[in-house]
Amino acid sequence: MAVKNFVVGLFDDEAVLFPAVKKVRTAGYKLHDVYTPFPVHGLDHAMGLRETSLHTAGFIYGITGTTTALTFMSWVFNVDWPLNIGGKPHFPLPAFIPITFELTVLFAAVGMVMTFCYLCQLMPGVKKHIFHPRQTDDKFVMVIELTEKSNAEEIKRFLNEAGAHDINEQRAEAGWWYGRYDKNDEDIYARPANA
Amino acid sequence: MSLKYESTLREPLVDGVKDYHQVTEDIISPIEGKPGKLWYVGFLISLSLLGFGAFSVFWQIYFGVGVWNLNKTIGWGWDITNFVWWVGIGHAGTLISAILLLFRQGWRTGVNRAAEAMTIFAVMCAGQFPIIHMGRVWMAFFILPYPNTRGPVWVNFNSPLLWDVFAISTYFTVSLLFWYSGLIPDFATIRDRAKTKLRKLLYGVAAFGWTGSTKHWQRHEALSLVLAGLSTPLVLSVHTIVSFDFATSVIPGWHTTIFPPYFVAGAIFSGFAMVQTLLIITRKILHLEEYITLGHMEAMNKVIVLTGSVVGCAYLTELFMAWYGANPYEFATFFKYRAAGPLGWSYWIMMTCNVITPQVFWFRKMRRNVMVTFVMSIIVNIGMWFERFVIICTSLYRDYLPSSWSYYRPSWPEVGFYMGTFGLFFTCYFLFAKYFPVIAVAEIKAILKTSGENFKEKMEVYEGESAEQFAKAVHHEHAH
Repeated sequence: MAVKNFVVGLFDDEAVLFPAVKKVRTAGYKLHDVYTPFPVHGLDHAMGLRETSLHTAGFIYGITGTTTALTFMSWVFNVDWPLNIGGKPHFPLPAFIPITFELTVLFAAVGMVMTFCYLCQLMPGVKKHIFHPRQTDDKFVMVIELTEKSNAEEIKRFLNEAGAHDINEQRAEAGWWYGRYDKNDEDIYARPANA
Repeated sequence: MSLKYESTLREPLVDGVKDYHQVTEDIISPIEGKPGKLWYVGFLISLSLLGFGAFSVFWQIYFGVGVWNLNKTIGWGWDITNFVWWVGIGHAGTLISAILLLFRQGWRTGVNRAAEAMTIFAVMCAGQFPIIHMGRVWMAFFILPYPNTRGPVWVNFNSPLLWDVFAISTYFTVSLLFWYSGLIPDFATIRDRAKTKLRKLLYGVAAFGWTGSTKHWQRHEALSLVLAGLSTPLVLSVHTIVSFDFATSVIPGWHTTIFPPYFVAGAIFSGFAMVQTLLIITRKILHLEEYITLGHMEAMNKVIVLTGSVVGCAYLTELFMAWYGANPYEFATFFKYRAAGPLGWSYWIMMTCNVITPQVFWFRKMRRNVMVTFVMSIIVNIGMWFERFVIICTSLYRDYLPSSWSYYRPSWPEVGFYMGTFGLFFTCYFLFAKYFPVIAVAEIKAILKTSGENFKEKMEVYEGESAEQFAKAVHHEHAH
């Protein structure tokens, strides 16, 4: 990941934020991200993000669980050690249903949470740049990336007109790294931008 | 004009004048302060109960399962009663967090975090009983299907007891994941406002590096929805499978097809009662009356009266079937030894606590009375404990062979073990109430502008408008 330059603006109200997102997209600025303290419905569509495929992943994990349970139990009862349990059949499908169901749910849930953590790069000990400490409290933080073609002052003026306040320029690692939240992270910004 | 409109006819879910920051302050600041005296007293009592429980379990493991008062006739007593009771309590948490999410019930946001925590702690307590009651607990891993050097001899996949192993462990895992994934954004909130280095470090680790990115929220929402969809059949399956432990046997009093729905209703019934007990104390001590309102309590009391009546119907259906089924043994179990006989008193405690007393909740005044709710929540849980005791013990103590008829009262290690799980439960809950946000901060913020009291007042302007005017205004809002 690279260290980049950003212009950051704060919004107080989602009703102001939505039109601002639209304006940024029409103006053609590179919208890095919007950080919100809670899920704002429709913001992903307003930003033009595609739908997540996490559901599909969950379905695949679930199916894996189903087949794992069914094949394993059938293999044990028919191939590995065919034991006569009170004269019951070796492939008692109804009796297999509870465990099959539980494993389906277990695989789907564990798999989805792990995929979620992988996609969002979430893990204990991961440190990411927080553009404003109140982005997890009550402010909606819009972050616009500075490219070679864009002008910081122009974007600042633009954000001000769109209703943002506390507009500032930040130089930060936009990705993630292992670090500690109680440690000063100045050193990481010493690297040149777009290295 | 807010982005979503909700009628003022609906009661506000958050009382008082709030903005997003105030919500954070109200819920997070108890975590940052020092706990009160009451907290220390409660925590120490819980710890000592836990210690006594550990001693009772040690005693049982050291001297063997014979220190319990179980005998050849009554093979399951307090151990399995307590197991079913604790698992049942857990069910309300998942119902609130999953089923009510799918039903789009906004009021769940105020109570889901604490209820899910309760689920996890209750399942932890429940899991102790089947493991310890095996006697030789160091052999407990025999219940897992692992390749072993004895053949390998596998577990019996036909056995409901094995289904239980899978059901309870899956239930615990999925509930924990669901709960923790909801906690991540709130931990990030605590981390970003932390004043001390240690707090910043610990909550930073717990928050997994959450930033609140829109894409992450989108995935988080998708994850919550699918986990809710998975948990809904899961929670129904867990108590169904617990009921199979009994229903698939041939003991009169256990061998009935009504058990799965009857157990699930009973589980939700007792679980909601436990949620009420905990939340009435929590809201008082942490001053969260504006988030866990009388409206929340009323909604839960409605669930209690519904499920209580479902359970009542099940009791009557059982009695009817015992007579109509023309099986003399089943008839004897129900009419001679359950509703009457030496253990008959437990049946009538169950009937009074579960069927008769919850009927007070047909009255709105009673549903919204904190004291009545608190007392009722305890009565219901006593009743539900006796329900499991009645099902297990009164079906066993008079079996087919009169010479083996027996009576049962617990020995001190059995009582101590049960007390110990209370210790475990409340130790965990006290730690949770001190170090975790007891209300889902992000979720409350998401409903604040539609359901907060001060925001709803502004809606009255729109209530006066005609539908066409309103539609026009909304259209205009979204046009630019």
